[in-house]
Amino acid sequence: MTRPSPRHALVLGGATLLFGAAMLLGTLIGPAGLTAGGVLLDLLDRLPFIAVDSGLTERQQVILWEIRIPRVVLGAIVGATLAIAGATYQGVFRNPLADPYLLGVSSGAGLGATLAIVVGGAMGSAMVPPAAFAGGMIAVMATYALGRSVGGGRGEVVIILAGVAVAAFASAIQTFFMQRHDDTLRQVYSWMLGRLTTSGWTDVRTVLPYVLISVAVIALFRRMLDVMAVGDVEAATLGIAPARVRLILISVATLGTAAVVSVSGLIGFVGIVIPHAVRMLIGPGHRLLLPTSLLAGATFLILADVVARTAMSPAELPIGVVTAAIGAPFFLVVLRRSRGHM
Amino acid sequence: MIAPLAALALVATACSGSDGEDPVPADKAGAAADEPQAIVSLSPTTTEMLYAVGAGDQVVAVDERSDFPSDAPVTDLSGYTPNLEAILGYGPDLVVLTDDNADIVAGLERSGVEVLQLPAAQTLDETYTQLEQVGAATGNIGEAAELVSEIQTDIDGIVASVPERETPLTYFHELDDTYYTVTDATYVGEVYSMLGLTSIATGDDTYPQLSEELILEADPDLVFLADGQCCGVTPETVAQRPGWDGLTAVREDRVHVVDEDLASRWGPRIVDFMREVAAIVAQIPADQPANQPAP
Repeated sequence: MTRPSPRHALVLGGATLLFGAAMLLGTLIGPAGLTAGGVLLDLLDRLPFIAVDSGLTERQQVILWEIRIPRVVLGAIVGATLAIAGATYQGVFRNPLADPYLLGVSSGAGLGATLAIVVGGAMGSAMVPPAAFAGGMIAVMATYALGRSVGGGRGEVVIILAGVAVAAFASAIQTFFMQRHDDTLRQVYSWMLGRLTTSGWTDVRTVLPYVLISVAVIALFRRMLDVMAVGDVEAATLGIAPARVRLILISVATLGTAAVVSVSGLIGFVGIVIPHAVRMLIGPGHRLLLPTSLLAGATFLILADVVARTAMSPAELPIGVVTAAIGAPFFLVVLRRSRGHM
Repeated sequence: MIAPLAALALVATACSGSDGEDPVPADKAGAAADEPQAIVSLSPTTTEMLYAVGAGDQVVAVDERSDFPSDAPVTDLSGYTPNLEAILGYGPDLVVLTDDNADIVAGLERSGVEVLQLPAAQTLDETYTQLEQVGAATGNIGEAAELVSEIQTDIDGIVASVPERETPLTYFHELDDTYYTVTDATYVGEVYSMLGLTSIATGDDTYPQLSEELILEADPDLVFLADGQCCGVTPETVAQRPGWDGLTAVREDRVHVVDEDLASRWGPRIVDFMREVAAIVAQIPADQPANQPAP
């Protein structure tokens, strides 16, 4: 962020404002009937040097601070990570379709989670996050290795194809285990559809370190992404080793994705739709694209979760269903409009 | 209750008389020749029903999930992904199942095997009807009728043992650790209702996934954990969930692990489930006993 231009400031300021508004909305709206005024006063009450009586009962305060706010924060972290990882994958592979699904990360994580639930018995639930994390990492490493060994010089296209193969393979094994253990189907499905339901602060604390590492490294390499967009040869002439940078970026984007997917389940379309929409609005430069995607992803997922929490209250809608229902049509519109420059 | 029973008896007689044997009197000893001698059961509930009506001797194979009674001939047959050849390998003359997965019913009928399909019962009355159907199809009508009236008597007794309350106790029946639950409009919900309980979940979706916010706000009097086996949930882990330590059910030690098999099958052992819940409910003093005449 050296010398931000007025346009920079405008875009990031606007995105931050929208993000803040979404955070507030997510905090105010929920199935438990907390009054908006009470919630606002309670938020004020937590500020230093201010003591007001919010009128919320003790139970309502618990709902607000232990359930709703951690959920909004987790939603922001998950959405931000998926979006920035998606933007990174797309930049690295110079392929607008690259996202965690195509590279096998999500399927690998799904296989890991399924194995934990099926094989883990009573301890299965606790093992889901680490198993999903391991599965995602293994899958993307397999994708990369396959792409490298088969691909020769045509790296990025072959890697996408390898990702499809790895994803299909992981899904097949996952389906096999689900069929063999039909008693655990609902649990697995629940995870596959994505959920922010059982978060609390624990999940936030669990994913935060990985997400921070991931985002920091991506931010560090943001210029490389622009250079690599021009071409590997051009990048090499500028003194960048494209293969090494690519490996680093894939690794950290996967680290972040696998971490958030492990607690939230599979939430589709954020990684592909958000960077596209942002690119349409502000152009392809990664210096602005990455932070804006991060904020937009967070905003989008918080709002999607508000829908998930309230649309069918008292029942809950899987958030993956909401993001796909909003994301898929939106994606088509984006595709139509951007046909010219793809 | 008598009319469907008689009709079923007729159907059963008609079916069994069709293969050209001498007509036999309807007494048990004589009918034995025409009763199915090799029954395959493809779901835990139908297995329990078969044994409860006294058709256990005729059962040659049950699916991998049937774990009661313990002497049932468990095989690796699957009711969820049924395999026609594998089922026919046991040479069944009657297959009792719950769901027609993978068009298995049509396949069995093409192969000349009798099929009795008993989908998940929605009410206790449907359980009674299904038990009578199982009795009729296996030549155990008398036993089935006796069993049904026994169950009804037991349930009446269990219901009478629970104190009446001015306002019903509320409960949260946890199906898994992602907060799927039941409303009063489900089978297990009906059982809870008979014991004076009402679910915190309402709405058109009878097996909804509840928001944690909503569970905390509803503050159920009782929490029943039907996810001890699947997900390792215990009253202790429930108390550790963020915010849950303030719930009435947690503070008053009213979080109970229930047998998830008993709670999810609509067979004869539903009585055992009711007894389990009734014992829990009976310990909670009725709030305003003065207003309620003794039952």
